[in-house]
Amino acid sequence: MIAVLALTAIAAIALIFIFIAREAVPMFWELEFTEEVNLRDLFFAKEWKGYDEPVFVWQPVGEPAKFNVVPLFVGSLKVTLLAMLMSVPLGIGCAMFVALYAPRAVREIVKPAIELLAGIPSVVLGFFALMVLASWAQATFGFHFRLNAVVAAIGLALTIVPVIFTIAEDAIQSVPQTLTEAALALGARKYQVALRVVLPAALPGIAAGVVLGFGRAIGETMIVLMASGNAAIVELFDFTTSVRTVTATIAAELGEVAQGDPHWRVLFLLGVMLFAVTFVLNIVGDLAIQRLQKKLTAS
Amino acid sequence: MRYTKKDWLLAGLTGLSLAVILLLLAVLLGQIVWHGAPVISAEFLTEKPGPDMISGGIWPAIYGTVLMTLLMTLAGVPVGIATAIFLNEYASPRSRLAKLVRIAVNNLAGVPSIVFGLFGLGFFIIFVGGSMDALLYDDSAPVWGKPSILWASLTLAVLTLPVVIVTTEEALRTVPSDIRDASLALGATRFQTVYKIVLPNAKGGILTGVILAVSRGAGEVAPIIFCGAANFLPYLPTDLRDMFMHLGYHVYALATQSPNVDAARPTLFGTVLVLLMLTFSLNLLAVIIRSRSRAALRP
Repeated sequence: MIAVLALTAIAAIALIFIFIAREAVPMFWELEFTEEVNLRDLFFAKEWKGYDEPVFVWQPVGEPAKFNVVPLFVGSLKVTLLAMLMSVPLGIGCAMFVALYAPRAVREIVKPAIELLAGIPSVVLGFFALMVLASWAQATFGFHFRLNAVVAAIGLALTIVPVIFTIAEDAIQSVPQTLTEAALALGARKYQVALRVVLPAALPGIAAGVVLGFGRAIGETMIVLMASGNAAIVELFDFTTSVRTVTATIAAELGEVAQGDPHWRVLFLLGVMLFAVTFVLNIVGDLAIQRLQKKLTAS
Repeated sequence: MRYTKKDWLLAGLTGLSLAVILLLLAVLLGQIVWHGAPVISAEFLTEKPGPDMISGGIWPAIYGTVLMTLLMTLAGVPVGIATAIFLNEYASPRSRLAKLVRIAVNNLAGVPSIVFGLFGLGFFIIFVGGSMDALLYDDSAPVWGKPSILWASLTLAVLTLPVVIVTTEEALRTVPSDIRDASLALGATRFQTVYKIVLPNAKGGILTGVILAVSRGAGEVAPIIFCGAANFLPYLPTDLRDMFMHLGYHVYALATQSPNVDAARPTLFGTVLVLLMLTFSLNLLAVIIRSRSRAALRP
């Protein structure tokens, strides 16, 4: 009986995949879809009427509707990478400070504070980014667009820092005391021990934290939906323009589409792709953590 | 030990990253309390919103959030606890099934929340609800196959499942195996041991985990956008098939779709504060129970 209940988790993963794919795959044979959309145009650039070169466009309400997923994935990657650039150093820095330097009293305050941050619903962080950070950032950096990739990335960073911090701190704490003591006994300075002994030993764990944080960031919805501006522009290196991510597109557009419409199928396809990406990232992150545990218990 | 300049530099840099995070957290909480607190009054908490969604109160959203959270807990927590008991008490650590369940749990934890929304729509509403309609009713307007508080709660139950499983397993692991062995040696069955010995000892830890999971589910918005949350609903849900208002969804809708965001500002901050108080009071409860149960475990 109890073993049957335990199967729920496996069933859930399978059902998620099956029932999202079920809404997407009819695109391969359904006339309504194939007559309106060419599958090739979902992934490759095309020279649409009115354009003088092949372009990647997501314009579901255009005539004809243009469903190129590339701008959305570029948008997701842009915001995610920017958020990682902020949160990886911050998260690892916090973890190192707490594990290596902070007096006990500081540690007792910091850990609950970071837990508190992790417990804030993402819609609240999105609201904060939209209402407070966006105006502040525009006044400070003079952004042309109030809502842009940078603002969304700051909001996202607030959700990833706790993930990276928790895993990195665990990894640093689990480095055997004997290693640090041996290094200190050989005359190494504290910073040398931190950078050359503790950090390399904890690296697989830290890497796992980074990978899991990345998965979390690319799948985060409410913050990017509220604070990124949501314009689908393929501008690779300009981070001050507004961006539209995969997650925000699904959240914003699915409510207005009829069931079975080509647009509906493409949105579920985006869901399948997102699921696949995070699935792979999770497996990689878990393997890294397992390898670290094996390595540390073996030594 | 004497610190050199480089030691101070490293300590300073890592300490700075911690300061940045704590500062952002302080600004976030400070802004929300500062702008939100003056809005909160007895009327704000107990009245229905006016037709413009700005005047009046947010009672239907509070009621909807609490009701959805209760339904989600009823549906998800028993399954989660059973899975954890299976993994920790019944399955041998090397069993293939247990390994598979663990992988599934870890992956489920990493599935983006918007993907859960697609799953709720594709599985619960279209497949389960649609099949129920086809079986029970002649062709008429959908009765079960439409967004409702039932489907939203079930979707969130699946989302919180991995959190319940992981934290319950941790709580079970803290129960020393001596007392399990003692119970089994006295002739108790496996079930009696779990029910009379292990569960009472792990009660505090399990309760903590359940509350943390519930608090996470209470604040999620992305999964319920298509599964049952309503923009504006001046009445309270009385049936499982009714739609409902939700604090987080209310914040999202009001902040992004309101024609006059400036006029909505006070209402928004007030709603965010209520949502935060709801999730934080759950977190605080978890912390209190955890410290009490730890104190009780000490000899």
